[in-house]
Formats: sequence, C-alpha cells, structure tokens
Amino acid sequence: MSPTPVELREVATVLRRDVLTMLLEAGSGHPGGSLSCVDILAVLYWHAMKVNPERPTWEDRDRLVLSKAHAAPALYAALARRGYFDVRELLTFRKLKSKLQGFPDMQKTPGIDASVGSPGQGLSIANGLAIAARRDRKNFRIYCLMGDGEAQEGQTWEAAMTAAHHGIDNVCAVIDRNHMMGDGNTEEIASLAPLGDKWKTFNWHVISVDGHDVEALSAAFNEASSTKGKPTVVIAKTVKGKGVPFMENRPEWHDRKLTEDLYEEAMRALA
Amino acid sequence: MPEMGLVDVHHSAVKLEATNRGYERGLIELAERGADIIVMDADLAGSSGTSEFRKRFPDRFMDIGLCEQDMLGTAAGIALAGKCVYVTTHGMLAAGKAWDIIRSTICYGALNVNICGADAGLSAGGAGGSRQSLEDVAVMRTLPGMTVVVPADSLEAKKATIAASRIPGPVYLRFAAARVPIITTDITPFTVGKAEVYRRGDDVSILACGVVVYEAMKASRMLEDNGIGARVINCHTIKPLDRAIISRASVETGALVTVEEGASIGGLGGACAEALAQTGRATPLKIVAIDDRFGESGEHEELLNTFGLTARGISAAVREVISRKKDEQPQS
Ligand SMILES: Cc1ncc(C[n+]2csc(CCOP(=O)(O)OP(=O)(O)O)c2C)c(N)n1
Repeated sequence: MSPTPVELREVATVLRRDVLTMLLEAGSGHPGGSLSCVDILAVLYWHAMKVNPERPTWEDRDRLVLSKAHAAPALYAALARRGYFDVRELLTFRKLKSKLQGFPDMQKTPGIDASVGSPGQGLSIANGLAIAARRDRKNFRIYCLMGDGEAQEGQTWEAAMTAAHHGIDNVCAVIDRNHMMGDGNTEEIASLAPLGDKWKTFNWHVISVDGHDVEALSAAFNEASSTKGKPTVVIAKTVKGKGVPFMENRPEWHDRKLTEDLYEEAMRALA
Repeated sequence: MPEMGLVDVHHSAVKLEATNRGYERGLIELAERGADIIVMDADLAGSSGTSEFRKRFPDRFMDIGLCEQDMLGTAAGIALAGKCVYVTTHGMLAAGKAWDIIRSTICYGALNVNICGADAGLSAGGAGGSRQSLEDVAVMRTLPGMTVVVPADSLEAKKATIAASRIPGPVYLRFAAARVPIITTDITPFTVGKAEVYRRGDDVSILACGVVVYEAMKASRMLEDNGIGARVINCHTIKPLDRAIISRASVETGALVTVEEGASIGGLGGACAEALAQTGRATPLKIVAIDDRFGESGEHEELLNTFGLTARGISAAVREVISRKKDEQPQS
C-alpha cells in the first residue's frame, strides 16, 4: 500500500520543514542541497525502498548510500519521520555528542546504511554492496544519491565503469541535477553537459525526470528495478533550495547560516 | 616579551579571525606586489578564503570544480612550466584524496606547488569527523622535500603564505576556519623552519603549533601564578623541524609538552619525540593531541575542550611531566 502522490507531497513538505528547523538549531549546514533532494528521499523511503524501520540492520533491506553526504539533514528527517528514531532527536543535529553528525555516521545513527563524507565516494560503495549481494544470492537494491557537482570527481566515473562492466543491475544511481555546486553553476565552473549522454556512453540505462515530481520519480524507480543486465542512473532535474523562494537557485544558500527571520519566512512558504 | 611584538593576551581584548583569512590576505598582497602567482580552488572559494582574490584577480584564479586530484596534477604542470602556484582545498582532501598525486607527481618532481589545507584541525566544527582533518600534518610530513607549516593566527598565516612563494619545493600550509585569537603582530618574527620562544620559563617547555599556541600561552600564564615557569615555543614549522630549539628546551627545562590540534600519531608530538629520542637524553614528554580517533560534530571551542586542547588541559599535562621529571631523574 504505497502512499498516494498527494501523501508523498505532504511527506516532502514535512521533511522540508524539518530540514529548516534542524539547520536553524544547528547554526550551520547545507540548506540548498538538502532541500533539492527531499522529494527523491520521500519517494525512496515511502515508495521505492523495501525497508523496515524496526529492524534497521535487516539483511534483506534495500540500501541508500548518501553520496552527497552534506544533504544529511534531509536524510535524517526522512529516517526520523519513517520511524527509525524519535523526531525530537533532529534538534541535536551537529551538536556535541549527537547521534546526528554533520555527515552520516552509521555507527551512531540507526538507518544509515553507509558512513559517508567526502563527495564522489558513494557509487563505489554501492557497487561493493551489489557485488556482495550477488554472491549471497540476495536481491536487495542499492540506491546511491549523488550531487551533480559530485559527478566532477574522478572516482564517480571509475565507479560508473565498474558498475557497467560487471552488469550491476541492482544499483540505481540518482543524480540531484540542480545545476549548482558550492561556488556557483556547474556549467560555468566545470561543465557536465551532456550529462545523460556521458552515462549512456558508459553503458548505463539513463532515465531523466523532474526530480520534484513524485509520480515521475516513482515511475523511474520502478523502471530501474525492472531494467536487467545494466545499472540505471536517474537524472533528476531539480532546483537547489526548492520550496523556499529566497533560496531557490541562489548559490550562497549552499551553506549559508539561517537567521530566525529568514527561518520564519521560509516556514511560511512551506506552510 | 616585548621584542617578539606579541599581543598581551592576558590584559587586552583579543581580536578573533580565521587563519583561512590570513591565507587570502597573503595571496592578495603577493598579487598586488606583482608576483606571478596562480591560485586554484576546488569549489571551496566561498569558505576557504579565495573568493576575494577571485574577485580582485580573476585572471590569476581558476576554480577547477570538485576535482581535487586533477587540481593537484594540473598545479604540478603549471609549476613545471616555472610558475608559482597555490592550490586550495580542505586539509583532509589535500592530505587524503590528493596525497598520491602530491607524492608521486609533485614531490617526486620536487615541484614548486604551495598547498593550502583550509578548514583543518577541528575547525570544521559541526561538520564532524569526516571533514575535520587531524591526520594531514602527519601524512604530509612523511613526503620527501615537503615543508609543513601550521600558523598560529591569521597574521602568521599571511606571513607563511608569502614566505611559501620564496620556497622552491612543495609546501603544505595548514589553516583553520574557526575564528581564533590574533596573538602576533606585524613585527613578530617569522621564519620558516625557525621556532620562536613566546614565553620564558625553566621548569618545562610547551611546544605548540596552530591555533592552540594561544591556549599554551594562557596555560603558561596560569602556571606562572602557581610558581611554575613554563616556556612556550611556537613551533609553527613541523618540517623542517627546529631541532636545535627542542634540544635546548630539553636540556634547559628537562620536560616537554607538545600541543596540537591534530592526531597524536605522527604530528608535532611525533616529530618532537623522534628528534628528542635521537638526542639520547631521557626527557619526559607528553603529547597533548587527539588520540587515535575521529573528531565529531560540535562547536570548535567545545571540541577543544573535549580533547583537552585548552589551557587547563595543557596545565594538567605540564604538572604530569614535571612530576615525572622528579621521578625519572632523582637528584644526584
Ligand atoms: C571531496 C570533497 N570536495 C569538496 C567538498 C566540499 N563540498 C561539499 S558539498 C560541495 C558541493 C557539492 O555540489 P553538488 O554535488 O552539486 O551538491 P548540491 O549542489 O546538490 O548541494 C562541496 C564543494 C567536500 N566536502 N569533499
């Protein structure tokens, strides 16, 4: 009983509000890149992924590798709302002794499938999980959520080759294609276009979707699951800072600190 | 010690500034003087301290994107063509992600690349263990021909940045994002490879580098009130290490404490231990650093406190080595 699109959109709004509250409390962190991947996470955790929050280490669960690890607040909000831990824990994000470290730490947080931090490293981890699953004849799937700036890292392309060469079809890479990175627009700093064609020539199955359309995302993940013999990449076209007008497409909101006033304004936009 | 031109941190209000900013000002001053430098960054201009430089000298600046390995390799080529180049990224990315390129291309070729490790130590604060670079000094120090400098404040950071332009081989400069006290002035002497005595004392020596030199100064002051003379040495250059000053400190004070915002393995403490052991003198030594673990999320000050990198923690270490000095070297 998958949630309806309306319900998924409601979940996404709740997560966006959680992200902002966490960032205000923490006094640091990454708003733009967290907000841009919220709909993707909502569809993954509420529709696509086979998980059991009561058994976070269940062997047959689907996995998520948050390669764009700076979007940790979005993932923590999703895990809390999905029932992995108390929602009140979210307020401890980035604080001393918190379960919720600035970048995901699987030794501290239930529901984190891989500790990550440095961009560009997640896809290799996903491949490794997939290779191990294949040996154990398990059919769980591994989702790897990446930023587009991350696709500039060389390791991303090493991993892309590995996955295709070994016909790893239980990995689904998702690229949060917001056209932004830390210092500005990806195409002005180190252009990625034509991104879909790059993955195609690396022998991946490529699906391009609107990364804020929960129905399109659901369909894309379904298509990825039924694509055999090669890995799938979902290129999700998104807006950095999505949902908060003064943050949308503004590079400074990559890691700017929220003030009380701006927080109130943002929450009003997400009412 | 007025001849050092130090700020009287015990009596006047201290100004705070990130050492990342000193890096930026050093780069701007070099470019203003007409030095033929090229500055590179890997999508961190907003935080590392090159954004002002980028604005003022766009034709001397290149943001290569999230391509740290490619950046170090490209810098090697630029240096090979005879230019002075500065590359900028997080400490842990320079020392970690790009280490092999630094080793096998830059150091193997003895190329003139100046590497800035921004946001190093615990200064990445809330970002936590994966981003805080504690190992960078240790791994950079092992590289043949690499100079390693850890400035104490933003003014020293600026001096170190400018000094690096005159050093022909590779240099690793370590900076912090956290706003920390400015303890030196324009006239405080700074020479790469030469440690400086910042406070006199004959009972123990505290060798510190980076933003915790300030804490060492405070500890020395506290200890003075209790009748203990703790010499403070700013050991900003980890490599080449000022062995002479360490040897003198061991002879004259008979006990050493090292303090650094990094791993207890292989950093300043490790370097001093190596130097000391080879003098053949048995001198009690205590390394105040982060012991075989990652950092974690928290405010910079909270983290310094957690890891004992404070005047209190340093004073406790001083008392310990002084008591060992008495135990291990009975009066003859
Ligand atoms: C290897 C590495 N490079 C750079 C950084 C700093 N950093 C973190 S996120 C980021 C930008 C990432 O851009 P993108 O992947 O497009 O993410 P998004 O725009 O979705 O936030 C940068 C430069 C880092 N932590 N590690």
